[in-house]
Amino acid sequence: MPAYTPETARALIRGHQVHRDVYTSPDVFRLEMKHLFRNVWVFVGHDSQTPDKGDYFTTQVADQPVIQVRHSDGEIHVLYNRCPHKGTKIAIDRTGNTGKFFRCPYHAWSFKTDGCLLAIPLKKGYEGTGLSDTLNGKGMKAVGAVRNYRGFIFARLAETGISFEDFFGDSLSSIDNMVDRSPEGRLEVSGPPLRYMHKCNWKMLVENQTDTCHPMVAHESSAGTAVRLWQEMGNPEPRPAAMQIIAPFMSPYDFFEGIGIRTWPNGHGHTGVMGSIHSSYDAIPGYFSAMTAAYGEERAKAILDENRHNTIYFPNIMVKAPLAQLRNFIPLAADRCLVESYVYHPVGAPRELTARSAMYNRMINAPTSIVGHDDLEMYERAQEGLLSDGLEWVDLHRLYDADEDFSETRVENGTTERQMRNQFDAWAKFMHEEPQPVRAEAAE
Amino acid sequence: MTPTREDVIDFVYAEARMLDEGRFADWLALWLPEGHYWMPLDYKQSDPETVTSLLYEDNFMLRLRVERLEGERTFSQKPKSRCHHVLNRPFVDEFDPGANRYVTTTSMHYVETRLDEQQLLAVTARHELKVIDGTIRIANKRVDLLNCDAAFGNIQLLP
Repeated sequence: MPAYTPETARALIRGHQVHRDVYTSPDVFRLEMKHLFRNVWVFVGHDSQTPDKGDYFTTQVADQPVIQVRHSDGEIHVLYNRCPHKGTKIAIDRTGNTGKFFRCPYHAWSFKTDGCLLAIPLKKGYEGTGLSDTLNGKGMKAVGAVRNYRGFIFARLAETGISFEDFFGDSLSSIDNMVDRSPEGRLEVSGPPLRYMHKCNWKMLVENQTDTCHPMVAHESSAGTAVRLWQEMGNPEPRPAAMQIIAPFMSPYDFFEGIGIRTWPNGHGHTGVMGSIHSSYDAIPGYFSAMTAAYGEERAKAILDENRHNTIYFPNIMVKAPLAQLRNFIPLAADRCLVESYVYHPVGAPRELTARSAMYNRMINAPTSIVGHDDLEMYERAQEGLLSDGLEWVDLHRLYDADEDFSETRVENGTTERQMRNQFDAWAKFMHEEPQPVRAEAAE
Repeated sequence: MTPTREDVIDFVYAEARMLDEGRFADWLALWLPEGHYWMPLDYKQSDPETVTSLLYEDNFMLRLRVERLEGERTFSQKPKSRCHHVLNRPFVDEFDPGANRYVTTTSMHYVETRLDEQQLLAVTARHELKVIDGTIRIANKRVDLLNCDAAFGNIQLLP
């Protein structure tokens, strides 16, 4: 098979169907990393993971190892995790504090926490060699652009391209709702993320977040068994938090049809426009009064009545605003995806609220989760099944309209696959060569 | 009945054997109703509630977990997983018949297999035991994975 180019890769997307190579081809995966993930804004981490100057956190943006670090001026910077000398990763710990500068453990080149070169031992050996004229002589390379949106750090690897506001638009309302649920208007990360390895393509996970026709089927063994056990016990009230979390997975199709799906331009969208499986949790004592004290009763009610289910920030994260959760679907290979699932504490809210989020996270998103087990089973069966040559296309026809226009925000039947088609529309839109930066010499 | 140290140690071996032989109903019957099975996510984690764990399950969740394993439509268990515990001799850290409190710490290698995959986990299990009506029961169990911070695929049975 000839190697794909961005142009031939775009032809794998037909709206109502996509070619299986978008999930299975290492060549397409390479293009995704090289183009799609460079051109868009990708989640890095939360600023509460690096609260103090010199605090850093190592992660990946697509296949690129990066460091999120708080600089001496208090701003967050995102640097490629690579010494400009020989390529050695500067930081290996997942988190730490580097003080005022990074120091490479190989030859002691050191860098300020904004990446600028600070010192090289025996520097006279480089005098007149031309090192200072190269990019390597400047220091650790920063990503193209960074934005801290209400504590959530996003990066665009490309030097030029779409702005943060243009890329996310009104979809930021879900992050707003998640942060507004803190009486102080800020979140703090609560412990390390669950890390769950999936032998499947990253897009299967993203698509599953707005797939409302699978819970009552794939999760019958967990949610259905929970409902049955509870019935056998005589449906005692009050139901414990675990039952409140898991039972709604067995809601019938008409429930999911009714809650709606909203799509925004550039591949973003969410389930649960008119309520969701998160709408009927018990109130936590003290929480509403804290919210009312902070926002006034009317505004507090408006914030808490918005119970969106899963919001996709294209390309690869999902947030659950009512539970202050974020899942990062980190692509590692065409058939490999690392899922990191975070819980945040809404500062000023009772700890019981965070306890429910942590319970949801381990019940649903852990490698030991009886819900996650069946999801992973479906993805891995799909990854293997797609290698069969019987059919080459994956179907996305549910509630398809040949005239659909993804540049407009729409609310539709909650079982539509429109959001999946929206993601692929954005996939094709951003699968292109990076716009060339204006070079200094060209500007002269 | 006051157990001997030998009884307490035998109990830990017998529990592992039940899991390895898939006798989950017998295993559930070992638990006291208020007990929790805790598998921390973080090394030396002290808070099971507001920080995520791998497992922190009460009696209802453990019943659900075990019941699901036998379900008609439990797709991730078609075919079923099998597991195998290799135990070091348990340390009896607390032996207090007066307080009805017995605590053991046991190093184990836990092997779980399904289809062509097999994984090995190094495990430290801490049992809090009590004697109720003449039999030893589990009041709480904490299972620490040596590589708790690693990314795992499915772990479907009980280390």
